[in-house]
Amino acid sequence: MSEQGGNVSEPNTQDTGTSGMSGRGVTALAERKKARLDELARASAEPGGVSMFRDIVRRLSRNPVAVTGAVIVGLFVLVAIFAPLIAPHDPNQRFDQLLDGLTADTIPGSQDGFVLGSDPLGRDFASRLVYGARQTLLVGVLATLIGLAFGVVIGAIAGAFGGWVDVVLMRLTDVMLALPGLLLAITLVALASRSSQWTVIFAVSIVSVPIFARLLRGAMLAQRESDHVLAARALGVKERAIVLRHMLPNSLTPVIAQATLTFAVAILEAAALSFLGLGDPDINRAEWGLMLGVDGQRYFEIRPELAYFPALAIIIVALGFTLLGEAMREAIDPKNRR
Amino acid sequence: MLRVIVRRLLQLVVTLIALTALIFIWLRNLPGGPVDALLGERATPERRELLTKALGYDQPILVQYGKFMQRMLTGDFGNSIRTGDSVVEVLGRSFPATVELALAAMIIAVGLGIPLGYLAARHRGRTLDNLTVGGTLLGISIPIFFLGYLLKDVFTQNIHWFPPSGRISTGLDNTNVTGFFVLDGLLTREFDASADALWHLILPAVTLATIPLAVIVRITRASVLDVLNEDFIRTAEAKGLRHRTIRGRHVLRNALLPVVTTIGLQTGALLAGAVLTEKVYNWGGLGTLITDSITGSRDYPVLQALILVAALVFIVVNLLVDLSYAVIDPRVRVR
Amino acid sequence: MQARGLRSAIAVAAVAVMAAGAAGCAASDREEGGEGTASGGTFIFAGAGDPKNFDPIFNDDGESFRPVRQMFETLVTHKPGTADVVGGLAESWEHDASGKVWTFKLRKNVKFHDGTAFNAAAVCYNFDRWYNMKGAAAQSQMLYYQDVFGGFATNEAETAGKSIYDKCEAKDEGTAVVSLNTYKGAFPGAFALTSLSIASPEALKKYDADKVTQSGDSFEYSAFANTNPVGTGPFTFGGWDKAKNEITLNRYADYWGDKAKVDKVIIKVIKDETTRKQELRAGTVQGIDFPAPADRKALETEGFQVLNRPAFNILYLGINQKNNPKLADLRVRQALAYALNREQLVQTKAPGGSSVASQFLPDTVLGYAPDAQKYEFNPDKAKQLLKDAGAEGMTLNFYYPPDVSRPYMPNPQEIFTVLANDLQAVGIKVNGVPRPWNGGFKDDVQQFGKHDLHILGWTGDYNDPGNFVGTFFGRAKPEFGDEKMTDMFAAITAADATVDEAGKKAAWEQVNRDIASKWLPAIPVWHAPPAIVVTKDVKGLVASPLTAEEFNTVTVSAS
Repeated sequence: MSEQGGNVSEPNTQDTGTSGMSGRGVTALAERKKARLDELARASAEPGGVSMFRDIVRRLSRNPVAVTGAVIVGLFVLVAIFAPLIAPHDPNQRFDQLLDGLTADTIPGSQDGFVLGSDPLGRDFASRLVYGARQTLLVGVLATLIGLAFGVVIGAIAGAFGGWVDVVLMRLTDVMLALPGLLLAITLVALASRSSQWTVIFAVSIVSVPIFARLLRGAMLAQRESDHVLAARALGVKERAIVLRHMLPNSLTPVIAQATLTFAVAILEAAALSFLGLGDPDINRAEWGLMLGVDGQRYFEIRPELAYFPALAIIIVALGFTLLGEAMREAIDPKNRR
Repeated sequence: MLRVIVRRLLQLVVTLIALTALIFIWLRNLPGGPVDALLGERATPERRELLTKALGYDQPILVQYGKFMQRMLTGDFGNSIRTGDSVVEVLGRSFPATVELALAAMIIAVGLGIPLGYLAARHRGRTLDNLTVGGTLLGISIPIFFLGYLLKDVFTQNIHWFPPSGRISTGLDNTNVTGFFVLDGLLTREFDASADALWHLILPAVTLATIPLAVIVRITRASVLDVLNEDFIRTAEAKGLRHRTIRGRHVLRNALLPVVTTIGLQTGALLAGAVLTEKVYNWGGLGTLITDSITGSRDYPVLQALILVAALVFIVVNLLVDLSYAVIDPRVRVR
Repeated sequence: MQARGLRSAIAVAAVAVMAAGAAGCAASDREEGGEGTASGGTFIFAGAGDPKNFDPIFNDDGESFRPVRQMFETLVTHKPGTADVVGGLAESWEHDASGKVWTFKLRKNVKFHDGTAFNAAAVCYNFDRWYNMKGAAAQSQMLYYQDVFGGFATNEAETAGKSIYDKCEAKDEGTAVVSLNTYKGAFPGAFALTSLSIASPEALKKYDADKVTQSGDSFEYSAFANTNPVGTGPFTFGGWDKAKNEITLNRYADYWGDKAKVDKVIIKVIKDETTRKQELRAGTVQGIDFPAPADRKALETEGFQVLNRPAFNILYLGINQKNNPKLADLRVRQALAYALNREQLVQTKAPGGSSVASQFLPDTVLGYAPDAQKYEFNPDKAKQLLKDAGAEGMTLNFYYPPDVSRPYMPNPQEIFTVLANDLQAVGIKVNGVPRPWNGGFKDDVQQFGKHDLHILGWTGDYNDPGNFVGTFFGRAKPEFGDEKMTDMFAAITAADATVDEAGKKAAWEQVNRDIASKWLPAIPVWHAPPAIVVTKDVKGLVASPLTAEEFNTVTVSAS
């Protein structure tokens, strides 16, 4: 489950031979992950900035896979934003009409005013699903952003300074990269003294830190020797300004592609944690992973819809982000940009 | 060369000691814990005091850690709080279960993945290819535990092809030799036990195999496509070699290299997936042990040992790879 | 044998079929093979957790007691299906007027599994063994002994009190006399506690039963506790296969009473409730404990016997008066009681057969007061009371354990949500604080008293109001922050010390009336009967309110 978004890219087979040389002290397990990240990172070395970005967007819009992904992602974000307008009811209100038919072993199904019937506590299941988009987006975005933030800082420092800083930081990310993501998340949740939505977000985000760090570092390194950076340096632009104004912005394209893929992994892992009983403890929060992992599991037999709908939502959204992310990665790849 | 090894071994020792200290102290500062787990609803202040004292939790944390390290040097990792069994024994019981499951999943993933990937590449752009690619995308987007629930519901409850849980039928009189139940049955010639274990193994293995299968299919497909575009294949075709020869001798052999690397990479992912799969099928392996020792009994000695063993295995593998690089690549030796 | 052969054939076939990728014809074969899994005389029962070990005195939870109860017996016991005390290893018993001297007339011709005779000396050996137990490790694991007798000959814990056990004398072969220092209302019910089972003195000595060693931060138990438990019960110990999670018990041919009808009992540990149900359905086990409340009806429809145990537990909403001074006001606590729609909670979320609780003990227990004040759902009255007390809009920290399922509390997350909803409806702000059961909930609530409200409950051990009401409110506890309620403690202590049966009943009834109207230190929520499910082929299993089912009366008809 853990490596889902991360592993699906199509490999560049020519690269496998060289990655071993660049790797100092890494396990074979992390080898491929790194090779792929480094390759993606190299893409940013190509000069071009805005025009390259435009080029990518243009190529994406012609790719049906990318369009499908973008439409799914777009719809998902819209539902999340306009949840209060779309949802027929307050997701936390308990309705007498639904409570009447509710017992420990029956959950009322579809009826007047409640399309998908009741949840296990007499609330409108449809409204909770709609609001679920919001919470799920929140978990996914926050987890991705936190992972990205840490990753960017580590990667940028390593890439900008090089030398022993680079060695130490990359050594650390290599270690994290080689650990199976879900195990790392489980360990973190186990070691957290209080479980809350934040523990989950944090645990899930940590998994992506090394990925982003490696990616950023590779992109920065590739650019250090690139023409426009050399030119800027020759003109006497300060190192700090070069990093912030030139190197970092140019490194962001591959990062965005990776972030899209990371999002899919994040919501799947949040669901897995809920299933293991290590997720967000507050079942009032309508979040798809939580709905599937807790209620979906408990009431699978008497009302499988409680599992099917959140599961379907998760699958579609994860698929959407994966498609979009993959297409972006492909579009960035210089090999394809001829 | 020798200096590198000595230095790395020293690093290893230091890392491990730091890690044990960190985990040990951290776990003991978490709220709740084994005392709560042992007392249940019946905790009174007196009982807490007595049990805390009996478990040695009333001593300063450094003293506790010192004793722990002392025992560990003699190979004693402590005992499970719940049953009193030695942790080594507990891990020894769970380990074969997980390996058996992971191995079976890998066999399925590789056995199906490579042919499927190859076929998809050969039929690029056609229905078979599209179906395969679509299927792999679905495979990586579906929560594995949900898939497990679906499979279990269909194949054990609606149509009774497979047993719902466990590794072997209850009450079956089998001899435990290695802990790998399928293998044990073959070794002791209790073939019915072997078949029974296999029968229990299929559904969990299929569930666990989903993601590696999807990944292997994709890698194989991409890799085969790359190779098909290579010059030497064209040359071979131009030379008029038979298709079968080209496929067998050139395409597959060259395409398999990245696939093999991926299989190695997926081992880690399999362990993570095993945590979920084992819970779905009540499979008594390491995954169940991890979740149990965290969520249920707060069995810190077991949890501690699990984290340490994982770290140790990882560090040793890391070390071996490093050393092999040092042997292969002279530049590393200089550093 | 037949069945096994078939099954393996099918397994092999299934593999072949799967491999061919065209699995389409194995279903009907499997149907026939599956039925035969139950060979003639084995009863396979799925329990919900690992036992700790098999020495009764060192155990205190239901999963350990399940096998222990089949192998060991107590002096007095409970009539099957009730909490009424009847003779066990003692045919009859009596106590003197002071309630301190208990004389047991023992059953004759009873033999331990190792062939040694059961007699008064054996009884006294056990009592003395408990009292004289040494070492913090061993003492810390004797929860029920401490509960009943208070202390040891030499206490390891400074805070432990003096033991109320004085001595045990074997007057003759068949008469044991147990003397206590003070009377306690818990007797004779407490003598029926599984922990106080009588074990073979020979085996206890031979297998070093008292040796509980602390190894690192955990305990190691003796061979007696792990591999050689010897009692007088209808089953002997067969083994515990930990790789397969199975405990095997064999029929004891020389049992004094109703000899077991099955040759063998296997207790299979399956922690996940869904999986237990699925195994039952697959026919691989013949009985399961604790089905999920949601599954009961479905199982019944499918022809399984869902046996409801008479409810012998209580779920309550606890109130800590210490942190929020407003909660020390009786009117505020009454407002909370009026605010809760317990009828609706029981209807929508409690397992079948549950009832709203109005007192802290089930109505089958002595001392239940039918005329005690009840708090019907009345949000207006709740609001009024809050207004009178000036407690409108107060914020309360409501602690609950999200990760546990107890017989009285199958799903705490949902119970919390519903109760919090009711409280919010009368204008109380509820701040939900989830804490893992073994990861801070009990610490924060029972030891540190960090909360304002919490949900918790209790399953009774024997038929005595002291075991319920006394446990909760017999003395000041951080859980309730109630050290000012000294009247309540005094009344409970007095009721517990009353020897005369009628006086005892009256005293406890008054305590329960006062708890409901005068003190209200917490709010009782429901009594929920846990269930046990067996296939239709299983006969003779009697569900016990104390979850103390005995398997010797069970038959499994081969179909």
